[in-house]
Amino acid sequence: MMRDLYTQVIMDHYQRPRNRGELENPDIEEHLLNPLCGDEVTVYAAFDGDKVSDVKFGGRGCSISQASASMMTERLMGKSREAAEREISGFKAMMVGEKEFPEMDDLAALKGVIQYPSRIKCATLAWTAFQKGLDGRS
Amino acid sequence: MYNVQEIRHDFSILKRRVGEKKLVYLDNAATSQKPRRVIEALTEHYEQHNANIQRGVHRLAEEATAAYEGSREKIARFLGAPDSCGLIFTRGTTESINLVAHAWGRKNLREGDEVVLTEAEHHSNLVPWQLAARDTGAKLRFVPILDDGTLDMEEAERLIGPRTKLVSVIHASNVLATINPVERLAELAHDAGALMLVDGAQSAPHLPVDVEALGCDFFAGSGHKMLGPTGVGFLWGRPEILDEMDPFLGGGEMIREVHLDHSTWNDIPHKFEAGTMNIAQAIGLGAAVDYLDELGMENVREHERRLGEYAYRRLSEIEGIVLYGPEEDRTGLVSFSLPDVHPHDLSQILDEEGIAIRSGHHCCQPLMRRLGVAATARASFYLYNTEEEVDALVGAVTRAREFFGAFA
Repeated sequence: MMRDLYTQVIMDHYQRPRNRGELENPDIEEHLLNPLCGDEVTVYAAFDGDKVSDVKFGGRGCSISQASASMMTERLMGKSREAAEREISGFKAMMVGEKEFPEMDDLAALKGVIQYPSRIKCATLAWTAFQKGLDGRS
Repeated sequence: MYNVQEIRHDFSILKRRVGEKKLVYLDNAATSQKPRRVIEALTEHYEQHNANIQRGVHRLAEEATAAYEGSREKIARFLGAPDSCGLIFTRGTTESINLVAHAWGRKNLREGDEVVLTEAEHHSNLVPWQLAARDTGAKLRFVPILDDGTLDMEEAERLIGPRTKLVSVIHASNVLATINPVERLAELAHDAGALMLVDGAQSAPHLPVDVEALGCDFFAGSGHKMLGPTGVGFLWGRPEILDEMDPFLGGGEMIREVHLDHSTWNDIPHKFEAGTMNIAQAIGLGAAVDYLDELGMENVREHERRLGEYAYRRLSEIEGIVLYGPEEDRTGLVSFSLPDVHPHDLSQILDEEGIAIRSGHHCCQPLMRRLGVAATARASFYLYNTEEEVDALVGAVTRAREFFGAFA
């Protein structure tokens, strides 16, 4: 059971997060708090024209929130604004069981979280922050 | 001393399993489990006596009123209150403090006045005062905590002064397990001409409480944390102060005479009990207090003191663990964190072993900031917990640490 949730992939992203840090003069800087537990995340993104040219995240949180944020940065890097929004809404649909997780992708490791409704917010925190950042930019 | 194994039979829920594991319930600071007698009191009320209280002139209404008022007297006695007319039923500690913040605070606080709280307050004893301060222009001042989790009493003596109108302090911390010197704070408050409110949410269930000995003017508590049903709690206040206060909620039962353009108020405590109260729950809380009285609060305290000390010592043996709060004079709860395991992950892993603990900010975000953490894990014990359950906790925390360590 424990290993269904805390998979190798999640633990890898948690303990060796990708793109952790800050951006100077970002186009997006969005701070979000999970009111349930006090965890916080800040996402930063820079755009080159319509494309996401860099993404970083900071903050503190549980393995699920940190791993999901790390995966998100990999996922959104280089995407157009529209594609990024599609990724975010697609991911949120996966987390409520309305969409299949992609096979052979790190994101699939988050599938186990669906069984733990109180943890779904942990997984979507960074993604929600990014979407808020995009909304604020338009 | 009572026999723990014997009284565990009174709590059916303690026999249940979580998956294949035996339930180990260590989230008592959030809410306690209920003995059969309390559950039966609810059922008996609904099956035998259910009626609205106070004004009905029929048998059921009289029986229900007698049980409700009888419960008020039991709780007043439990708190050492000289007279039950100062005991007001509320939904819980939060509503009790909001009642004082509205009915006393809005009437008496002015610009330049100060309300003294501490850095370690639960949001329920902070946010109502922020709202009252916003409406009245009064200022909030905060007694800091020392690194060991106790209050900086030197600073308290400096802060409580001629501007202070109220000192409102958590009796026992729901995070640090500190038992605050509320008797001394009440003296300081009264010397300054201020009133003293004690948030007893984490003390009334666990320690013998005597409002006269504490010297406080208000004492707030929650029934569901002391074996009672959810939906009921209490505020005890000095009758002469309650008499002078404005009402809190307006409506039925809290009035004496109603005209189209004005009304006069009922006597205390009814002045503060508008509308139909949580009757069955109040009666259930009376049964809970009977249960606690029979065990003896001195015995409950002694059992939890021993268990808390045992848990503190056993947990402190885990490598890298950080324990919060003072080493001595604590209530039966332990907050802690592990360097590599987030508290949220820890409670998820413990849940797999049937162990229920809490993780998060425990409704104390300013205190978390003071401690420099976003969240802690918290195991909180009650009169039915055992050393074996502490051992189960320590074993599971150790395994969680190893599990996370294996990926590092």
